[in-house]
Amino acid sequence: MSTTAIDIHPSYQPEGLEGQGFFATSLDKVVGLARANSLWPLPFATSCCGIEFMATMASHYDLARFGSERLSFSPRQADLLMVMGTISKKMGPILRQVYEQMAEPKWVLSMGACASSGGIFDTYSVLQGIDRIIPVDVYIPGCPPRPEQVLDGILQIQKLAESEERRRRESPEYKALLAQYGIE
Amino acid sequence: MSELLEIVKNKLQDKFGDAVLASEMHYDFPVFILKKELVKEALKFLKEDAELNFHFLTTMCGLHHPENPAESEFGLMYQLHNMPKNWRIRIKTFMSRENLDMLTVTDVWKTAGWMERQEFDFFGFNFVGHPNLKRILNMDEMNYFPMRKEYPLEDMQRDDKNDKMFGR
Amino acid sequence: MNATSSTYDEKQYSTLNLGPTHPATHGIFQNILTMDGEMIVDSVSTVGYIHRAFEKLAEHRPYNQITPITDRLNYCSSPINNMGWHMTVEKLIGAEIPKRAQYMRVIIMELSRIADHIVCDTVIAVDTGAMTGFLHLFQYREWIYEIFEEICGARLTTNIGRIGGMERDFSPKAWEKLDHFLKNFPTGLREFQKLVDRNRIFMDRTINVGGITVDMALDYGFTGPNLRAAGVDYDVRVANPYSSYEDFEFDIPVGTNGDTYDRYMVRMEEMWQSLRIIEQAVKNIPDGAYHADLPEFYLPEKQDVYNKMEALIYHFKIVMGETAVPKGEVYHSVEGGNGELGFYLVSDGGRQPFRLHFRRPCFIYYQAYPDMIRGGMLSDAILTMSSMNVIAGELDA
Ligand code: SF4
Repeated sequence: MSTTAIDIHPSYQPEGLEGQGFFATSLDKVVGLARANSLWPLPFATSCCGIEFMATMASHYDLARFGSERLSFSPRQADLLMVMGTISKKMGPILRQVYEQMAEPKWVLSMGACASSGGIFDTYSVLQGIDRIIPVDVYIPGCPPRPEQVLDGILQIQKLAESEERRRRESPEYKALLAQYGIE
Repeated sequence: MSELLEIVKNKLQDKFGDAVLASEMHYDFPVFILKKELVKEALKFLKEDAELNFHFLTTMCGLHHPENPAESEFGLMYQLHNMPKNWRIRIKTFMSRENLDMLTVTDVWKTAGWMERQEFDFFGFNFVGHPNLKRILNMDEMNYFPMRKEYPLEDMQRDDKNDKMFGR
Repeated sequence: MNATSSTYDEKQYSTLNLGPTHPATHGIFQNILTMDGEMIVDSVSTVGYIHRAFEKLAEHRPYNQITPITDRLNYCSSPINNMGWHMTVEKLIGAEIPKRAQYMRVIIMELSRIADHIVCDTVIAVDTGAMTGFLHLFQYREWIYEIFEEICGARLTTNIGRIGGMERDFSPKAWEKLDHFLKNFPTGLREFQKLVDRNRIFMDRTINVGGITVDMALDYGFTGPNLRAAGVDYDVRVANPYSSYEDFEFDIPVGTNGDTYDRYMVRMEEMWQSLRIIEQAVKNIPDGAYHADLPEFYLPEKQDVYNKMEALIYHFKIVMGETAVPKGEVYHSVEGGNGELGFYLVSDGGRQPFRLHFRRPCFIYYQAYPDMIRGGMLSDAILTMSSMNVIAGELDA
C-alpha cells in the first residue's frame, strides 16, 4: 500500500497555476476533488461485514471524517456502492438491479472475503464473488476487514474518484466493460 | 433422566402399543423411534397429556442416512420440551425415499410452519396439510434438495474450479 | 371504475414492498405488506437472501473447523456460538473442562451478550430517532471488541476457544482492559438509560407496540429475551446450567406485555445482570489449567508443535481429522443473544459430523412477525423488527 493514498484531505490542492487572487487548474481536477470528498455511499450490508461497517460509521472510527457520513439509501443518489457481506444467488439479481439504478459516475467497493470471492462459503447457494455480476473498483480483504481497512478502502476509492478523467464514463472502453457484464 | 424415559415410554406404549419401535437414552436425552404413521398423533398426545405436557417444540430436522436399508433412508427428528418440569425428549421416525409424506404438525405448533418448510427445502419431505409448503431458504428455481447426501456441497455449475488448479 | 353500490363497500388495499434492501430493516428481509392506509392488514415474509448452507458445509468440515462457521450465525455475539459448539463436542466426547476455563468462558460469553444487546437496544433507539445513544454506547462496544482482540486476536468473528478449553490464558493486558470496561461501562449504560428509558417519545413509540401474548410466544417457539419480555422466565443458563452458570448469582428479568418496550427493557436489565456475572467470575476465578488434558482433541500450542514430537503428531491428527470420535447423537443448547441456540450433532465416528443441525432462535421466532405487526402502523412494524433483534446470518443460516 502506498502512503500517497492518504494525501487526500480537504486542504489538498491540485496542481495548477497560482497567483495573486487566482488559481487555475483543469476542470477535471476540480470536479475530481469535489467528487472525492463528498462521496455518498450506499451501504449494501447483508451480514457480518455490515456489523463491522456499523462500527466504522459509529463514534470510534467515524467515517464522517472522510466526507462520507451521508449514507444514501437510495441508489439514485449514491456514488459509491459498498457491498458488505455474503451475496447469495438469491440476492444476486437484487444487487445488480441496485447497481443499474445508480447514476454515473459510480464506484463499487467490495468489502470482505465473501463479497470479493465467496469467502469461506464455497457452497451451492453463495455467489462466488460479486465481480461475476457487477464490476468492482476496490476490494477489501478480510473476514471481516477491520474498520481501519474499510477506511483505507474508502480512501482508495477517493483516489480513484479524484484522478478519474471526466470523460471516462463516455469512453468506448468503459462501455465495453459494462457490456461484459451485460449492463447497458 | 432415565426415569423420564420410563414414564414416557409407558405412556406411549399404553396409547400406541407397538408403534414405539425403540427407546433409549442418548446422552441426556430420551429418544423414541416411532412408526411414521403415528408420529403426528403421538406428538399431539405428548403435548396434550396433562402429566407429560410437552408444550414446546424446540426444534425439528431431517436426516438422511444413505447407509440405512431403503425403507428407513430418510428420517425426521422432533425435539419437545416441557418447560416447568424441564423435561426434554426427542422423537424420531424413518421413512423411505419413495414415500416422504408426513402429516404436518403446524396445527399443533405454529412454529412448525417454517421448520417444516426448511426441511422440505433441504430434503424434500412432503408435509401433508402444510398451509404453504414452498422453498424457504433457497431459490424457487432450484430443482434438487441440497442436503441429501448425494448432492455435493459446491455449486455444480461452477466452471472456474478446474482440477488442475485445485490439485484434485 | 364500475360504480355499483357494492364497490363502494369494498375496501381498496395497497401493496407495499418492504425490503430486501430497505434501510430500515437492518438486514436482508423482505416483507410484502398489504396496507389499508397506514394500517397493516397482512404481510408475507421472504427470507433466505443470505442462505449460506451452514448445515451442508458443516458436514464437510472436521470438528475444529466448524467453529468459524458458528461465528457467522449470530455475528453480534459470535463467542457464545463458538462456546456452544465447543460444549456440544465436549459433551459428545465426554470431556471435563477445568473450572478456570469454564469461568473464562462465562466472562467471554457475558461480554458478548452485552455487545449483542448494545446493538439491539441502540438500534431500537435509532429507529425512534435517538441517534446519540447509538454513537455513545458503541464506544463501549469497541472496548469489548478490544478485550476480545486481546484474548483471541479478532474482533467480530472471534473463533474463540478450542474444543477442550481456551487457546490461551487471558493476558495481563486483557485483565486490565476488562477492569477498565467494568469500571466505566455502568456509567455509560446509566447515561444511555437516562436518555432513553423514560423518554416520552420513546415510550409513546414503543409501549403497546408489537406485543405478543405468552401463549402465542410459546406456540411460535420464542426463546430468549423475546420470550422473557412476554413473561416466561425461561433461560437456558438457569434451566440447564452449562459452563458453571450454577455458581453465579443473577436474576432473570421478565416483562409483562411482550411489547417493544418490554423487549428493550429486558435486554437493558440483562446487560446489568451480565455485568454482575462477570464481576463474580472475575472475583472468584480459580487458578489452574485453562484447558482440559485432551491431547486427542485439544489443538496443542504452536510452540510445542514446533518443538515436541508428540504435539506435532496430535496437531497433525487433529487438523487432518484423524482422531476417533465416538458415535452418537447429542443436543446441547446455550443461551445465545437471541434465545436458545441449540446444536444437534449426529456423529458416525468420522472426521466430520454426519449431520449438524442448528436450532437458530431467530429463524424460529421471525415467523411470528406477520402476526405481531398485523393491525399496527407501518412505522411500528420497523420498530417491532428491530426490537426482535432479527439477525440475518442466524435467520438464513
Ligand atoms: S467476509 Fe467474513 S465477516 Fe464478511 S460477510 Fe463474509 S463471512 Fe461474514
